[in-house]
Amino acid sequence: MVSNAVLDIKTVTVGYRKDPVLIDIDLAVAKGDLVGIIGPNGSGKTTLLKVATRILKPWAGEVMINDRSIWDVSRKDLAREIAVVSQGVESANVSVYEYILLGRFPYYSDFQFVESSKDEEIARKYMELTDTTHLKDAPMSEISGGERQLAQIARALTQEPGMVFLDEPTAHLDITHQVKVMDLIKHLNSALGLTVLMVLHDLNLASEYCSRLALLDNGRIHTAGTPHEVLTYEVIEEVYKTPVVVEKNPLSNKPFVLLVTADEIARAKEGE
Amino acid sequence: MNNKTIRWATIVLSLLAILVIAGVVALGTGSTHISVSDILKTLLSGEQTANHTILMDIRLPRIILAFAVGGALSLAGAILQGIFRNPLVEPYTLGISGGASLGVCMTIVLKLYAIVGVIAYPISGFIGAALTILIVYGISSRKEGLRIQGMLLIGVMISFISSSIVMLIMSVSRSEDIHGIVFWVMGSLEEPNEFLIKMTVAFSMAGLVAAYFFSMNLNALALGEEEAMHLGVNVDRTKKFFFLVASVLTGICVSVAGIIGFVGLVVPHFVRMFTGSDHRILFIGSFLAGASFLIFCDTIARTIIAPLELPVGVITGIIGGSVFIYALSRKKVMW
Repeated sequence: MVSNAVLDIKTVTVGYRKDPVLIDIDLAVAKGDLVGIIGPNGSGKTTLLKVATRILKPWAGEVMINDRSIWDVSRKDLAREIAVVSQGVESANVSVYEYILLGRFPYYSDFQFVESSKDEEIARKYMELTDTTHLKDAPMSEISGGERQLAQIARALTQEPGMVFLDEPTAHLDITHQVKVMDLIKHLNSALGLTVLMVLHDLNLASEYCSRLALLDNGRIHTAGTPHEVLTYEVIEEVYKTPVVVEKNPLSNKPFVLLVTADEIARAKEGE
Repeated sequence: MNNKTIRWATIVLSLLAILVIAGVVALGTGSTHISVSDILKTLLSGEQTANHTILMDIRLPRIILAFAVGGALSLAGAILQGIFRNPLVEPYTLGISGGASLGVCMTIVLKLYAIVGVIAYPISGFIGAALTILIVYGISSRKEGLRIQGMLLIGVMISFISSSIVMLIMSVSRSEDIHGIVFWVMGSLEEPNEFLIKMTVAFSMAGLVAAYFFSMNLNALALGEEEAMHLGVNVDRTKKFFFLVASVLTGICVSVAGIIGFVGLVVPHFVRMFTGSDHRILFIGSFLAGASFLIFCDTIARTIIAPLELPVGVITGIIGGSVFIYALSRKKVMW
């Protein structure tokens, strides 16, 4: 249990129809944490983000931010606290700048329909930080996947939240952009003190960048802890049902997971 | 002032200028041609000449109604295309016109106008429209929110059902009744009742003002429903609000002027080419352009085969459709 939790998911059970997707999930995220949610396909990672961002209502249990249930906070207040970078925004016909400026929406009063110069200043500041200033006038639908991810992060930052949740921020990105996006997230976490919760598929990225990991398996948290505690040969093989080799990254000393092909397994068995 | 403000001001001022030109041309054109200087003279002097009667009693009310109906239909189209995030939605897609036609059809066949007078047409049209709105809304509204795609399908089905019933009624009606129904369905801006004209103007202007209250919400909604929720938009309330605004606007227009197609589909689409999809400029742009477009089409409708008059829906269809195809082939419409 983390005592100074900014996000506290308390024995949450939730699903879409009859069957629960997440069962009795307990997860507390402390201020300034960089937490990665990992797990096989269908283990409930994205559902966890949805229940933590008030898209899905828990069947049982509670989700608290700063000691208040997220269901007692207004949508706009929630958007000032939590910004979400989801998997691919719909390619609406807006320029990158207009898109990022929409991050100020939670700060607009009810019938306000013109942004202030302060809003524009904040948007420009985060465009600079995310290196998206040159894309200002480009339509969101015409920029590359990596650029769109950066624009989404800039929009999230423009919300000036305490926490950012990201759903597979490196999906479909080449390694250059994977590192660029993850380095930026790490920088935001360490330099700006943002609390980050992200769903990741790539175990090695999770290992390199996250301070804590929660491994989901069939709707339950199988193991949670530091990358060294979670990414062990036994745990991964049990959850992912595939043999792996876990080594240490010689540069960072973090666990590094190597795949083992079926041919290699057959060869190893022959050798025995 | 930044670039955006200047660009938006230019668009609004240009559209206002076009609107004024359309209005003046429409005032001067007809069986009696009246020049601009004569229009000014007549209006300023206020003398009860023949020109004064033509301008003030015949042409001006019609132009004002065209302004209100064109603006309202086009605004309703912009709103619906926004909430459905679908460029092919128009005010009639939700079945509102079908319900209204059925209402009017009943009035004609049951001769209700003999009891309450000509106002029976708009009243029955509005009741039909309102019932349709309630049905579509009632079926699509669920505990977890408004099912927006289901709403579209229900609307289309209601259109089919009501037009089938209208045809059924027509097939067993007497020929003079059929003429009345057909004439109404084709749409006309000839409305002798001053109160109805004023009411249409009031509702369409109110609709425009109301739409602005939630225009930023609709901009955020363009990113997708979940994305909008993450930004703090109350998605359900936004959809319900805009659905009601668009329905009332359409209901009023259909009741007063019959079915005038294409304005609500083509105009917002066309305006989007110049304004982009920011609803703050798209709303006012669509309203003004729709108003000018309908004034222009109505002028053609009442003069091209004078002394006979064409239904204005025929003109909006032909001009709207062809200009639109031309524009599409020239410039990419982005969504």
